[in-house]
Amino acid sequence: MRLIGKEEIEDIAVGAALLGTGGGGDPFVGKMMALQAIEEHGPVKLLDVNEIDDDDLIVPCAMMGAPTVLVEKLPSGDEALQAFTSLEKVLNKKIKATMPIEAGGVNSLLPLALAATTGLPVVDADGMGRAFPELQMVTFYLNDVSTTPMVLADEKGNSLVLNTIDGKWAEKIARAATMVMGGSAMNAIYPMNGKQVKQSCIYYSLTLEENIGRTIREAKNNKRNAIDAILGLLGGFKLFTGKVTDIERKTDGGFVRGMAKIEGLGSNKGETCYLEFQNENLIAKTDNEILCTTPDLICALDTETALPFTTEGLRYGSRTTVIGIPADEQWRTKRGIEVAGPRYFGYDTDFIPVEQLNGKRGK
Amino acid sequence: MKYRLGIDVGGTNTDGVLLDRNMQVIHSLKTPTTEDVESGIYNTINRLIEEAKVDVKNIEFAMLGTTQCTNAIVERKKLNSIAIIRIGAPAGTSIKPLVGVPDDLRGILGGHSYIVEGGHEFNGDEINALNEDKIRSIANEIKGKIDSVAVTSIFSPVNQSHETRAAEILREVLGGEISISLSSEVGSIGLSERENATILNASIINVAKITAEGFEKALQYNGIDAKVFFCQNDGTLMSKEYTLKYPILTVACGPTNSLRGASFLANNKDAIIVDVGGTTSDVGVLVNGFPRQSSIAVELGGVRTNFRMPDINSIGLGGGTVIHLAEDNTFKIGPDSVGYRLLEEGLVFGGSTLTTTDVAVGLDIVNLGNPELVAHLDKELLTRIYERMVEMIEETIDKVKTSAADTPVVFVGGGSVLFPNEIKGASEVHHPANGGVANAIGSAISQISGEIEKIYSISKENREEILKQAKDLAISETIKAGADRETVEIVELESVPLAYLPGNATRVKIKAAGDLAIEV
Repeated sequence: MRLIGKEEIEDIAVGAALLGTGGGGDPFVGKMMALQAIEEHGPVKLLDVNEIDDDDLIVPCAMMGAPTVLVEKLPSGDEALQAFTSLEKVLNKKIKATMPIEAGGVNSLLPLALAATTGLPVVDADGMGRAFPELQMVTFYLNDVSTTPMVLADEKGNSLVLNTIDGKWAEKIARAATMVMGGSAMNAIYPMNGKQVKQSCIYYSLTLEENIGRTIREAKNNKRNAIDAILGLLGGFKLFTGKVTDIERKTDGGFVRGMAKIEGLGSNKGETCYLEFQNENLIAKTDNEILCTTPDLICALDTETALPFTTEGLRYGSRTTVIGIPADEQWRTKRGIEVAGPRYFGYDTDFIPVEQLNGKRGK
Repeated sequence: MKYRLGIDVGGTNTDGVLLDRNMQVIHSLKTPTTEDVESGIYNTINRLIEEAKVDVKNIEFAMLGTTQCTNAIVERKKLNSIAIIRIGAPAGTSIKPLVGVPDDLRGILGGHSYIVEGGHEFNGDEINALNEDKIRSIANEIKGKIDSVAVTSIFSPVNQSHETRAAEILREVLGGEISISLSSEVGSIGLSERENATILNASIINVAKITAEGFEKALQYNGIDAKVFFCQNDGTLMSKEYTLKYPILTVACGPTNSLRGASFLANNKDAIIVDVGGTTSDVGVLVNGFPRQSSIAVELGGVRTNFRMPDINSIGLGGGTVIHLAEDNTFKIGPDSVGYRLLEEGLVFGGSTLTTTDVAVGLDIVNLGNPELVAHLDKELLTRIYERMVEMIEETIDKVKTSAADTPVVFVGGGSVLFPNEIKGASEVHHPANGGVANAIGSAISQISGEIEKIYSISKENREEILKQAKDLAISETIKAGADRETVEIVELESVPLAYLPGNATRVKIKAAGDLAIEV
């Protein structure tokens, strides 16, 4: 167990933006909520996965809905607590700890805000190791943990308990309910015992996020190349360096799909990279070859500062270095690729691990 | 002949220009900015009319661009005591107003901060009814203690009604003298950022008042009875009344004015403009005659805000930038500058500091001061320094470009003479006459604009009709603000689909602008 204070939150927010792979919502709101909660109630207890007991009840929490709504209709701060109380009633058991469902974007930080407010500890783990757009895209789902009973709660005090036959139905129903609740709501989801967490989670995600933030900060202070430092830390690959020259966005079933066109600079001069996204970055390719695909992580970083761009923040003229990071092994299994591989998102291509693609490219 | 007068108050110089109705430059000049601002403006106007020998009766419009408000925020000086009201509870309570704002500013502005029930959802439905009783009791509590109030309601860019109702109640209790800033008039979606911008706006009302009245007095003393306007940072004008309500919109009007002035002088509506000052060069992009706006949250005095700002890329390279030479003939350009002391400290002016201006004089690119005083410098070294200076500008130009295609580049500002007519990435390079006072010209030629921002449900079928409705609304706003109906056109249209929302909810932002309506 260790304590997370304000400085750690700042680093975690940077790491969360990076592992958000362009989506996951701007961590700003989550960071501010966590900072305010820590200021009022003191630091958060972070538990190592091995510190939880096999029959402890652990419940991840997350915000669902439109990031644009979240930045305008800021939460009341009581939604998650209300969701937890409802779930405790349904399960007739006390929740021992919470954890993030995804290691990316705003949802990495919301559990920390809840924890600071309630005094609950947070488990140093998550269910994605990155950000993905749908509820069933978690390693808990790959390991047959039930999504429900789940509770959805809004800032007005409404809450809803869901029992669904699978994660995809939970996704559909919860999303419709979220709209009625005003476009953004908090959920308590995938209630698990400690043993299930240990078997199915991705370990040490919050620590990793903190390390990413600290690495970028320290590289900058020591005038070292922050992108190289990040690649070293994450075992990642530099895929492409260039400048955004075109960006297309359209909505499709509630998701923003689009593509950023990046014209090469430096060693990539003369080449063009296409970054395709559906909230998150899902495919990076050039005219002739694929550079990286989901579920591996594709991040567009500011070439100068190494700070990550969200797909909404990418714009004409952005100088960016696109990097690829191997996903957790759980995502590279047959089931993992079925749930979150390129074909699930409608791309006509197979998943090939980023290290193979880049070996081929001779880098 | 009728005239218009444009003034731009910068940190170092106050620039002035007189234009005729055909927008021809009659006369222009620079005078030093004074501590009290007002006397500097007076001097500029006084010398302008004296030297140009125009009859003051014929000056029909007077426009002022000023950085006073920006400086007040950055220096934390002369700020108003304010109250902050956020409407939207129970939503919005997890992050209090001013969280994340630097402590010193929080200390000055955070004394009276409230969150009240009310606000709207993204589709315009109420989250809660507005708690009018609470607004009334807050008004009674702050009465006599504050100068102005910042009111922010959740999703007010979609539905403004709770903000306007709160303002009515506040005015009932506090009287008409108190200034009330509404967030929907200041920024777009993003509560914290819009609220911060509104708070800053409320805090600079008095500074704006002093500056505006100073300008009016300076005109009066010179016998000028012109219609007065103030420059906004989007290249258009506001009346005095509107300026005193929303002074935050003057922030960064300086760079905007020089972009617009450069566009006018070079007769080019789509170009990259490089404004070379004494300390920095500011590079911006003109699209259809208006500055491209920054799409990211902008920090102002350490505060994250989201009101529109010109997208300007600055580098520490100007006419007074210091060149540091090492023993082994290597060099470093800046980032320090002798600034306005160039005329004392530069080598060609008899000083002892090697500057970018000395380099250009040494290479015979510009004729300034006494070239003899740099004749002893190694030409080969000067050439290398000069090449690097040009490269720095070229790199900055490339950074702001939207495509690899060559683009027209216009150099303006006092230091623009240092740079050549051949620039990598430029299809043509302009050094227009009167470029030194481009910002005052930009202020004088400013147009009137109107803007709307709403969330619409847009489908393929209704898209055109909805956009037409929105455009008409923006146009009528512009005419209402004082624009000539015949010249109004849409200058900006942005429609951004919102992720994870059904019904193709789309944020539409439209701006129209036109020339000042002139009574014949």
